[in-house]
Amino acid sequence: MSSITPADVEVGAEGGGGAPKRPGRVSLGGLSLNLRSSGIYIAFALIIALFSVLTDGALLQPQNISNIIVQNSYILILAIGMILIIIAGHIDLSVGSVVAVTGALAAVLMVNMGVAWPLALLITLVAGALIGAWQGYWIAYFGIPAFIVTLAGMLLFRALTLTVLGNQGIGPFPDQVRTLANGFTDGWLGNVGLGPLGGADLFSLLVGIAAIAGMVLAQWRARAARKGYGQAVDSLALFALKMAAGAAVILFLVVQLARFKNLPWVLVLLAVLVLAYSLMANRTVFGRQIYAIGGNLQAAVMSGVKVKSVVFWIFVNMGVLSAIAGVIFAGRLNQAGPTAGNSFELDAIAAAFIGGAAVQGGVGKVVGAITGGLIMAVINNGMSLIGSPSERVMLVKGAVLLAAVAFDVWTKRRAGTAR
Amino acid sequence: MTEHILRMTGITKTFPGVTALRDVNLAVRRGEIHAICGENGAGKSTLMKVLSGVYPHGQYEGEITFEGRRCEFGGIRDSERAGIVIIHQELALCPQLSIAENIYLGNERARRGIIDWNRTNYEAGELLKRVGLRENPTTTVADIGVGKQQLVEIAKALSKEVKLLILDEPTAALNDEDSAHLLDLLRGLRDDGITCVIISHKLNEVTAIADSVTILRDGRTIETLDMARDEVTEDRLISGMVGRALDNRFPPRTPSIGEEAFRIEDWTVYSPSQPGRKVVDGASLMLRRGEIVGLAGLMGAGRTELAMSVFGRTYGVHISGRIFKDGRPIEIRTVQDAIRHGIAYATEDRKRYGLNLIDDIKRNISAAGLKGLAKRGWVNEYEEYRVAERFRASMNIKAPGVDSVVGKLSGGNQQKVVLSKWILTEPDVLILDEPTRGIDVGAKYEIYTIINRLAEQGKAVLVISSELPELLGLCDRVYTLSEGRITGEVPREEATQERLMYLMTKGQE
Repeated sequence: MSSITPADVEVGAEGGGGAPKRPGRVSLGGLSLNLRSSGIYIAFALIIALFSVLTDGALLQPQNISNIIVQNSYILILAIGMILIIIAGHIDLSVGSVVAVTGALAAVLMVNMGVAWPLALLITLVAGALIGAWQGYWIAYFGIPAFIVTLAGMLLFRALTLTVLGNQGIGPFPDQVRTLANGFTDGWLGNVGLGPLGGADLFSLLVGIAAIAGMVLAQWRARAARKGYGQAVDSLALFALKMAAGAAVILFLVVQLARFKNLPWVLVLLAVLVLAYSLMANRTVFGRQIYAIGGNLQAAVMSGVKVKSVVFWIFVNMGVLSAIAGVIFAGRLNQAGPTAGNSFELDAIAAAFIGGAAVQGGVGKVVGAITGGLIMAVINNGMSLIGSPSERVMLVKGAVLLAAVAFDVWTKRRAGTAR
Repeated sequence: MTEHILRMTGITKTFPGVTALRDVNLAVRRGEIHAICGENGAGKSTLMKVLSGVYPHGQYEGEITFEGRRCEFGGIRDSERAGIVIIHQELALCPQLSIAENIYLGNERARRGIIDWNRTNYEAGELLKRVGLRENPTTTVADIGVGKQQLVEIAKALSKEVKLLILDEPTAALNDEDSAHLLDLLRGLRDDGITCVIISHKLNEVTAIADSVTILRDGRTIETLDMARDEVTEDRLISGMVGRALDNRFPPRTPSIGEEAFRIEDWTVYSPSQPGRKVVDGASLMLRRGEIVGLAGLMGAGRTELAMSVFGRTYGVHISGRIFKDGRPIEIRTVQDAIRHGIAYATEDRKRYGLNLIDDIKRNISAAGLKGLAKRGWVNEYEEYRVAERFRASMNIKAPGVDSVVGKLSGGNQQKVVLSKWILTEPDVLILDEPTRGIDVGAKYEIYTIINRLAEQGKAVLVISSELPELLGLCDRVYTLSEGRITGEVPREEATQERLMYLMTKGQE
């Protein structure tokens, strides 16, 4: 009587009911799309297309693509941590101040005290973790709403920044840190000619091809495994189409970057983080528990999820990612300043919600948050290219945030699952 | 010929899939205390919701005549204007406001939008005198006990010039002293000409206070008894409340009962919200391998509280008592402990405690046993899918696939998901709290089959249920719980609905 398998409790074997028509889905020539989960990517593509036209193609020029990535990398890193917190049903308003205080700490260590940069970086990351643990303790174990704790944190860590820096910036940073924040991979393998496109960095191209190969291989193996377990999979043609589209996007991105100055280091870092955190969110017990907590806190408790511990650790994680963003931001400006990171929390939160997170928690994806962040980045960049004043940029970003969440609420209501 | 203040005739109320009330009649004489009795789910609360306009006119069939006029209430405001006030079991007071503010909430003593505080507090004070509550009207409601809060509710009703006062289980959360005071107050109100309808499980109270009793069973009126004319004893009420037919709604089973698997001794739990109130009082019970044991009790008896306090202390404070698994004492401090010791608890409130409604079937099934599907923290998603598919087939969960969102499934299918989730944790002891609540008859039969199979595999199963026929049809043994105490243990052969109901309504000596 050791174990009971589902087959032991056979009840009846008539098949499941027919598939009801699902609202929120559109069908176009046999191609079925879930609007709620893929709407964000369609919107991203449309926004890119719109600004490409408006800027006469300047948006997708090699240097501009590189700029968009480098200028927004820290927001995207913050968005990764923020989406996890929002999925769990919390919020973090302090990340901008944490970016400032960790940047200041790194500057003090590297510039004023002459600590070797790898050690200084490590200390800064640990400091970020401790800041996250401080806030996580009050939220998870003491039971104060995250909104309050991190609002206090926003003030506390800004105050700490000002105390450390006084009223002035500290710089310049060591070359290695600047390279990480602002620099590009070396042209280790030299250039190759790409015909009418001119010369491009061979190493960057090889990385791109490896990325494409990795993606196709991983997806193919997942498809084979699903088939092996008797799951439905996309038809071969649709699979090939999706892979081709993905490959085209990566290839375009890499070729443009290779034509400019090779791969930005922050892009490499971002790619690693996005991949690692996506896997963590979907495939680990810890990641699943974040969704369970946000989806129904009580049910998670009754299922044996250690809610307090999970909430604590996602705030520790946010602290570490804020420290990474803090070093990168300071390194990019080549100095740690008292106003660094102002309103970054709002950009990170907006990225998460534009990227499909639900206000009540339980829903969201790392890739979605990145896409949300990139949507804002493209709007920012595209509008400044066509010379829009900053107030109009702000207006459009606000409207996009509202529209994205309104769309989410609307599809949910139509699907009849609104709570 | 006595005058009737209220007549409800031919009331029928249906919810999707269930008929809660079927042709119910209720006639209440002016100036009497009229009790309504019935098992859980008999339709008492639904009937009162129809009367008070919670279910507005048009959502039910039948006719309501109040004070000689036909009434078509569109909402609670309409019924209150007519003079009908309902006091629910869960008190509807704002704890952070003062007594006076609560009494006049929505009915403020104001002139041109400006509240007259002197008048508010003075008139509230007069009302408090009437209900015998010696408290300052400016005291915050959170600072007074539940018994006094009940009196505030009644004062609030009086402020609305109530003609018919409905009380739903008014003494369920009160101690004996407060209950006695409340019953005295109701007698006083009757003498002032206020008619009362009281819903109560405490039959000794009913026989003590009521002038007449209407008994409901399965959404139908069984009878109305006149306490003065008919000879009404508690046994008489019980025989009216039970007596539902035991048809062959239960799959056959030959029990093969083994060793003791699980035992709790002297289990006592205090309420987290009302300091000093024992919700479970020295309860002891024991389950054997392969045995299906029932736990019977009326609403508020402490069944769910007992189960949840055992399951990782998810309810209650100052919990004391001993737990034994296979004869050895164990400590269960958290839900993780409980799962590790092979104990599973399927909640009575699926939507609140059981399921992540926005997630899909497979992730709900794996929620409690995810570690078994993972290696070093990494979930094997393919195995998860396969296991979920196997449960979908074996439990006959009707859904297009295991990627379907749980929130869109029917109650029966949701319950099968909850059971799948707990079976996946490979428990030895399963506590199933109201496993067939809100489920249609066909799905109930399937759930019973699953429970039987679990027992056949040597699991010990504790079924908590409000439906006595269900316990009689399913269980080898039934414990009865009344006001937090185990009042009886009845083997299958000796169990009758009357006997169980008698033990369930037995008050504290």
